[in-house]
Amino acid sequence: MHFDLTDEQRALSDMVARFLAQEYAFEARKKILRSTEGWSRDTWAKMAEMGLLGLQVPEEQGGMAPAVVETLLTMGALGKALVVEPYLSSAVMGTALIRHLASDSQKREWLPAMAAGELIAVPAHGEAGARHELSRVSTSAVRKGAGWVLSGRKAVVLHAPAAGLLLVTARTSGPDDAEEGISVFAVPAGTSGVELVAYPTIDGQRAADVILDGVEVPAASLVGPEGGAFPVLSATFDLGVAALCAEAVGVLQTTLDATLEYTRTRKQFGVPIARFQALQHRMADMLIHVEQARSMSYLAAMHAISGDVRERRRSVSAAKVTIGNACRFVGQQAVQLHGGMGVTDEMAVSHAFKRLLAIELSLGDTEHHLERFIMESK
Amino acid sequence: MDLTFSPEEQAFRDEVRAFLTTSLPPAMRHRVLEGLLVPAADTIAWQRILHRKGWGGPNWPVEFGGTGWDPVRQFIFEEECAAAGTPRLLPFGLKMVGPVIQAFGNAAQKARFLPRILSAEDWWCQGYSEPGSGSDLASLRTEAVREGDHYVVNGQKTWITLAQHADWIFCLVRTDKAAKAQAGISFLLVDMHSPGVTVRPIVMLDGGVEVNEVWFEDVKVPVENRVGEENKGWTYAKFLLGHERANIAGIGGSKRELARLTRIASLERKNGRPLSEDPLFAARLAQVEIDLIALEITNLRVLSAEAEKRTPGPEASLLKIKGTEIQQALTELMVQAVGPYALPFRIGALEDGFQGPPVGPDYAAPLAATYCNMRKASIYGGSNEIQKNIITQMILAL
Repeated sequence: MHFDLTDEQRALSDMVARFLAQEYAFEARKKILRSTEGWSRDTWAKMAEMGLLGLQVPEEQGGMAPAVVETLLTMGALGKALVVEPYLSSAVMGTALIRHLASDSQKREWLPAMAAGELIAVPAHGEAGARHELSRVSTSAVRKGAGWVLSGRKAVVLHAPAAGLLLVTARTSGPDDAEEGISVFAVPAGTSGVELVAYPTIDGQRAADVILDGVEVPAASLVGPEGGAFPVLSATFDLGVAALCAEAVGVLQTTLDATLEYTRTRKQFGVPIARFQALQHRMADMLIHVEQARSMSYLAAMHAISGDVRERRRSVSAAKVTIGNACRFVGQQAVQLHGGMGVTDEMAVSHAFKRLLAIELSLGDTEHHLERFIMESK
Repeated sequence: MDLTFSPEEQAFRDEVRAFLTTSLPPAMRHRVLEGLLVPAADTIAWQRILHRKGWGGPNWPVEFGGTGWDPVRQFIFEEECAAAGTPRLLPFGLKMVGPVIQAFGNAAQKARFLPRILSAEDWWCQGYSEPGSGSDLASLRTEAVREGDHYVVNGQKTWITLAQHADWIFCLVRTDKAAKAQAGISFLLVDMHSPGVTVRPIVMLDGGVEVNEVWFEDVKVPVENRVGEENKGWTYAKFLLGHERANIAGIGGSKRELARLTRIASLERKNGRPLSEDPLFAARLAQVEIDLIALEITNLRVLSAEAEKRTPGPEASLLKIKGTEIQQALTELMVQAVGPYALPFRIGALEDGFQGPPVGPDYAAPLAATYCNMRKASIYGGSNEIQKNIITQMILAL
């Protein structure tokens, strides 16, 4: 048992942190947020050059998969810098979904392009009625000739506006909440009948509701077995949760650090407010949350690709619960301890607060994962 | 990064488990697992069983008769003991005064006191707190005045755990009243059988007598019973507190209590169904279980850092806070689990072999008392607020 990184892992982590310190400082990030697209093609290209977009790509297509620890280290660094690029949705989840589900020819077509930063492919899965329930899919895929017709609406698809390829889940058989009968279709951006209602999210990322109005796609757009995508979908979402937990630890640390720094410099009653015990104990509580979250991000990392599905789900959910609680507590207290400044747009802490809120609500909120932990513990 | 135990550590766990299966007397085990009172005789007998096996000092170096186990093995040993339901080893000798004597005592003190801790011939207690000195320990007033080859000790100590059984007490006493608070304190070993020592029990909210007041009236203590230098006692006390906190997360014990709670919840009924299936109760229980999983990893992270030759650091404060919060949450849920049958509080019902007419399920009898008793956890060993002060100063540097 040890908690050490290899030299290569440490080097990767340092490299990403250095890169982001140069490229993604707070003002630069704000500029990216205000841009039309809301993400940076330049940063994305550099991340491709550094090999970061290939961590989930198999060796045959020029990547490093599974590289779980490397992926999570990258996510942690992205978290510290509050990066809004489509890394989790495309480089982690989209890539992993294709790697596990796609045919060899599909992989050859998409994965090298994804590793090179030329193609962004994101899962389009959630629906309004499903909340966080992974198997509830009412978007339908009906055979027509040799191809398929897709109909339905996907909710809050992260980075859909940036994607060249949407990995749309649709039901090819069975009732709405069945694990059996879910299929994945690759739908290129701009396909006739696909409408994106695009918007920014509260934390400054870009997303869209995807409306599929009788979208005709060819047979070759089916990714993986007809009706049998759920196990891979579930594994991909668990990897996504583990990655999100790692990102969260980065955001949490940066939020705590900012709060310590602010309370050391802000003076009231003639002394730095960090001298006040009421505030000190709050920050001690924040630290405890951050360290417990860090521990659970390790647990999620260890089980993220475990073959023991029950243990994978249980551990990943336990991690998300701990991290969700930490995001809520640390975020709220950080804003509180920054006083009026904490509720302005000009402080990094308010941006971190919004990212922590989004993390808690993404890929299954705290209640969802508490419930799943209970189910998987029975 | 690897969160699994090595094959050697796993083999060690198997060895400990096998030993506990054959060597832990069933009656002792029963009392611990059911939350009943553990008599002093059990504590002594269990220490002697371990001593015969060569495991009497699980946290001691080999040169003092200990096992020489690394922190991870100590953790595994404690976890297995807790799961099996062994009586708790007395921390006062093994984890407190023992390490202080090893680090700062002279050869005669080591030879005289250490073996008798391992063999349970001496029962030690800790004389730190005073009526006016709790969290502000350095304000203590019990004084020791040098007269020739002995000190004369006068004063009052309080909250002395299990002093009623003790043969010896290690005390912080003031030897220089002129010096600043921390500077004039010495570390004395006092024979509890000395003339002038009086023990007065304090009845606690669970009706039990676990702690005592200890009075010193002109008690003569030979100078040879002072550990280290005069007026340097505070240094030794701080060293001791670090060791005391090292395993204070109590992961093994909380796992055992979680298992007990889970069992009780499966036997109790709510709305005609097992309580364990009630969504509200299940959610609270699951939250504690998740907190415990997280704390175990945090604890292993601290141990792993410690194994690289770092002494227990301020991270121990985090373990203490979170560990005691979990311990208390478990007792709270147990009380809630049994409903109205948490309330009957009958004299003798917490003792093994109680013969009164049955009232409610057997497992319900000790739960409210345990809940009351465990309020101490966030107070002793440096209250959780003091631990937050330590985190503030030592980790956050505010």
